[in-house]
Amino acid sequence: MTYLDHAATTPMRPEAVEAFTAALTGARNASSLHAGGRRARRLVEESRESLAEVLGARPSDVIFTGGGTESDNLAVKGLFWSRRAADPQRRRVLVSAVEHPAVLDTASWLAGQQGAVLEKIPVDGTGLVHPEALRAAVQADPSSVALISVMWANSEVGTIQPVAELASIAHNYGIPFHTDAVQAFGQVETSFAASAADALTISAHKIGGPVGVGALLLRRGLELEPHLHGGGQERDVRSGTLNTPGVAAFAAAARVATAELPAERLRLTDLRDDLVRRVLAEVPGAVLNGAPSGAGRLPGNAHLTFPGCEGDSLLMLLDAHGVECSTGSACSAGIARPSHVLLAMGVEEAHARGSLRFSLGHGSVAADVDALVAVIGQVVERAGRAGELAGLTSRI
Amino acid sequence: MGIVSGMKVLAAMSGGVDSAVAAARAVDAGHDVTGVHLALSRSPASDRGGSRGCCTLEDARDARRAADVLGIPFYVWDLADRFEAEVIDQFVADYAAGRTPNPCVQCNERIKFSAVLDKALALGFDAVVTGHHARLDPDGTLRRSVDLAKDQSYVLGTLRPDQLAAARFPLGDSTKAQVREEAARRGLGVADKPDSHDICFVAAGDTGAWLRDRLGPRPGPIVDSETGETLGEHDGAYAFTVGQRRGLRLGHPAPDGRPRYVLEVSPVTSTVTVGPARALDMRSLVAERIVWPHEGPVSCVAQVRAHGGVVPAVVRARGEELDVQLVEPVRGTAAGQAVVFYDGDRVLGGGRIRSLAA
Repeated sequence: MTYLDHAATTPMRPEAVEAFTAALTGARNASSLHAGGRRARRLVEESRESLAEVLGARPSDVIFTGGGTESDNLAVKGLFWSRRAADPQRRRVLVSAVEHPAVLDTASWLAGQQGAVLEKIPVDGTGLVHPEALRAAVQADPSSVALISVMWANSEVGTIQPVAELASIAHNYGIPFHTDAVQAFGQVETSFAASAADALTISAHKIGGPVGVGALLLRRGLELEPHLHGGGQERDVRSGTLNTPGVAAFAAAARVATAELPAERLRLTDLRDDLVRRVLAEVPGAVLNGAPSGAGRLPGNAHLTFPGCEGDSLLMLLDAHGVECSTGSACSAGIARPSHVLLAMGVEEAHARGSLRFSLGHGSVAADVDALVAVIGQVVERAGRAGELAGLTSRI
Repeated sequence: MGIVSGMKVLAAMSGGVDSAVAAARAVDAGHDVTGVHLALSRSPASDRGGSRGCCTLEDARDARRAADVLGIPFYVWDLADRFEAEVIDQFVADYAAGRTPNPCVQCNERIKFSAVLDKALALGFDAVVTGHHARLDPDGTLRRSVDLAKDQSYVLGTLRPDQLAAARFPLGDSTKAQVREEAARRGLGVADKPDSHDICFVAAGDTGAWLRDRLGPRPGPIVDSETGETLGEHDGAYAFTVGQRRGLRLGHPAPDGRPRYVLEVSPVTSTVTVGPARALDMRSLVAERIVWPHEGPVSCVAQVRAHGGVVPAVVRARGEELDVQLVEPVRGTAAGQAVVFYDGDRVLGGGRIRSLAA
């Protein structure tokens, strides 16, 4: 099996499995006052310190959650509610047009149900948010902006945003800035302090930790309306019994991913460049979407359009050859819809439908690229025949 | 069922019991089977309401679970745009033109055994398996299911030979009860799932209300066929079907005191004509969009609705149409319906009813 879908989820690292299983045995509630509870609490707090350290944050910034989607919801809704409560004029929510649905749909919900005004900041053809575009949107009426959210790196095309610059625009006007760093964390250096973001989302299972645990890094002193009410376990911002094994495994995965990052970044960049070069050699009409290789792109991401093909045909044929990848955007029914990211980048709908994301991660090796390159030509040819029936014009 | 072992087959899986068992039998027969659920709705409801059973996310999940049980790959194909253009828009246009369409026939002709079949063949599959209750002989002859109550040969009767050539119906020799029993035996969770009856894209089964939403009010008179008198008003002729008796809301009784039925729907003049039951009797019809590989007059039986009996008929080809003399009259049949001809349980061909005459 050739796994080229690490951006969807990446296998748990042995260190994370060990930390997870160790904490499962004899588990206690980290809020209990007895000796076992104190042991669990110590594990949680050490994990918090460990995560804070690798993220350039203070331990008290870290709020553990149930995952990236919850962290994004908490940041976007929580900041909107608290900012509007302080000043009813603050109704504008500025997010980039290429955000993950966990941000985009949350902002749409606020607009539909809570009186927010959603404004999507456009991107260029590579998926990049230009600081001028954000500045122009803010300047139209700075006092009415509740919050700004721009992801650190795009989940589909891997474009890395100038987060620090965008955050500083927000701060010039005293507006809180959130960034979804789910895809960036573990692939590129992600420092909460250096980014100057006020809130930052991360998820464990994208870096080799377990599913069902994530965190929101939230600057101390920033008001945020909670969603989950109850015991107030996490700074009174998030209630719920702490997921001690998940948190311990998250921290273990983060330590390893961060230690390996400098070498892995170079290794994955080379492997990805090799993948792109060889796929383009096999399929000369294919197009690489997003930023060129370099500092502006996630090292493990290759996102390609195969004109004349439908993405679901390509995926099915590759799957039959044991190559697992993604069309980049799947809905709950498994239907491949044209990606909102590509459409925002100006890609026409027919091309957007014919795209695949190959994502590399820890454990990816040259043989994975070889396996893809060995079959991609015939797969594209066959999918192209099906695409002609669907009225797609083949340009290959 | 005429499957050579070891083919690559695509199993269309609605999420219902029939298509799940059909896929299972294809696996048993030694084929390389891939399951596909057709997403036909642009905005699928998240769960089932009423007796619908194919188009919700819950149905997609049921199909996925069945594929998991069978250990076959499974994908969802998004055909919502094609379905909208080829089935739903046509359905609306037919009603707007005073015809009574059968969307299942249209879906089989244009979606399942056209868009899906063509895509499957292009992607390297040899055949498409569905859970239809019908038999398909190795020579391409379509026949009724052994379970006459569940027989679906009527909605397949207008498929061309080239469409049938790549179709496989593994359930034709089984009764529905046997299929359910087999599903339970195989551990397929859909064994007890109710049959679907309504038109899949019409919520709550209220076709009249659904059409009103699409077409808007188009009021007009309800006219007596014998006296020419206007008996009442209606909001839209499209909401009426030939043979309909209920919901006419006529002010006063007919001269003979007998109930009146819709005889004719004329969207151009927005007129609904009503009259006595005997005026519904039709003794001949003309069919268009035909599949008819026969010469000379053929004596056979004709079926004009999905769940109905047959009448003896004599069929003559005339260019692209069929002239059909019905030895016994049919009652309450409308233009737009499919007509399928049988010799015993064998399908001879069929078409779409263009017009009927008494």
